[in-house]
Amino acid sequence: MSDQLELRLSGSGGQGLITAGIILAEAAIRDQKNAIQTQSYGPEARGGASKAEVIISNEAIDFPKVTIPNMTFALTQVAANKYISDVSEEGTVIVDDSIELPEGIVAKHIYKLPIIEAARNDVGKEIVANIIALGVIVGLTKIVTEESLEAAIMARIPKGTETLNQMALQKGYELANQSK
Amino acid sequence: MSKVIKFLQGNEACVEGALMAGMRFYSGYPITPSTEIAELSSEKLPKVGGKFIQMEDEIAGIAAAIGASLTGKKAMTATSGPGFSLKQENIGYAAIAEIPLVVVNVQRGGPSTGLPTSPGQGDVMQAKWGTHGDHPVICLTPDSVKETFDLTIRAFNLAEKYRTPVILLTDEITGHMREKIEIPEVSELEIYDRVMPEKGADYKAYRLDEGDLVPKMAPFGSGFRYHVTGLMHDETGFPSNSTENADVLIKRLMGKIEANKEDIITYEAYETDDAEYLILSYGGTARTAKAAVKKLRAEGIKVGLFRLITVWPFPEEQVRALSEQVKDILVAELNFGQIKLEVERVVKGNANVRLCGKANGEILTPEELMKAFKEVL
Repeated sequence: MSDQLELRLSGSGGQGLITAGIILAEAAIRDQKNAIQTQSYGPEARGGASKAEVIISNEAIDFPKVTIPNMTFALTQVAANKYISDVSEEGTVIVDDSIELPEGIVAKHIYKLPIIEAARNDVGKEIVANIIALGVIVGLTKIVTEESLEAAIMARIPKGTETLNQMALQKGYELANQSK
Repeated sequence: MSKVIKFLQGNEACVEGALMAGMRFYSGYPITPSTEIAELSSEKLPKVGGKFIQMEDEIAGIAAAIGASLTGKKAMTATSGPGFSLKQENIGYAAIAEIPLVVVNVQRGGPSTGLPTSPGQGDVMQAKWGTHGDHPVICLTPDSVKETFDLTIRAFNLAEKYRTPVILLTDEITGHMREKIEIPEVSELEIYDRVMPEKGADYKAYRLDEGDLVPKMAPFGSGFRYHVTGLMHDETGFPSNSTENADVLIKRLMGKIEANKEDIITYEAYETDDAEYLILSYGGTARTAKAAVKKLRAEGIKVGLFRLITVWPFPEEQVRALSEQVKDILVAELNFGQIKLEVERVVKGNANVRLCGKANGEILTPEELMKAFKEVL
């Protein structure tokens, strides 16, 4: 399991975390790895908290769902309360710095980073918080190569937003480097 | 030739496969968790000269597909549990009128409207007996995105080859998850097209003496005269109450599948050669079972996995042969033992048969399955 990333991304509907999950998995595939992505559907995914789960592995992935994530990520308080606490003790938690961590959470690394603020103020669009998130995750874990991540992002985003997303990605790497 | 690698949902792979198999007509009524199949068909079919139509309900959805198939088009409809219930009457109609058709059921939790966004496998017996009367059934079930692509093509091939509706029984697990898939060139695939009768021949749409029990099918409106009905009919397709005629027709309908079981039945036997114990599973749940078998093997336990790919007709001989080898068969499925009953029937007491099942909308985890398995040790 140690060479396998089991990641849960959560936030509120519209923050683009399902897209982020897909992009990360597509980057892994560009790196010749295996990846599976699943997400929440229905009432659970409307408003409230929405989640996307990604498994990345060098081996074949049989069971498709995340059971004990080795990384959890949340952009909102509601999502953090619901989706980050079952992280493995050896795992990593990343949350936006506006979030108050749930009591009793145990993880090897816990990062509180100004992701939404960076999206709003440094990049200028809150909508790219999901791309900053990808920069943070890949900056910290190196789970996919930067080339593959960039290619996967460029293949998924609307035309004309390349520069904006590039800025967001670099901001994510920067936040990751500062917290190492 | 450059490989096309995509990252798709099972439902999306179903549409990609259907288009490669030659689907040119889709009609249905969207329902979670199958909706992506309708959505993508509506986007892609017009680009290849095909037709997409959203009907007023699931019944009309299958009826329109039957009509399109009669005109010579490869047709598909997709749904989930509640819609599958509504389609049953017309599945029987397609079976007796011998109309090729692919019906996809992305299973969710039931009964009734149940759990729309959660997986279930409670429709396996419905796939066999949902429509009334004795009728032939072909039902296939994939465990991955790639296999959803492959089996959709196979479903079209079998439907055309045997002139019968084929049910592709997937589930919310494989339907909604995204996974890597390598899309082959259409030239690399085996695609079966309907055998047309020769012009001017003495055409009987339901003739009884064809060697392979499957009469040739002329597209309606192509100059061949025949009648289509859900009533028992003679060789011309016109209704007949004759018991002699009905006897020949129903035996041919059942016989065309029975006689071709070897061609239709596929399965995966994983680590079964030296197995003393067996886990039997299918669809999305088989992935849980494979993960459990790998972990149990790592503990030194000689356990294998038998995975149904063709659910109906059931691979009786293969399961019976394994039942003579193993002590115990644990059936893993998201229902209260529908396939377990079938396994018990075919193993005739050779091995102990147990169930690890649930139907609360959750997927079985490898840990749950291993715990259930270890009760036998």
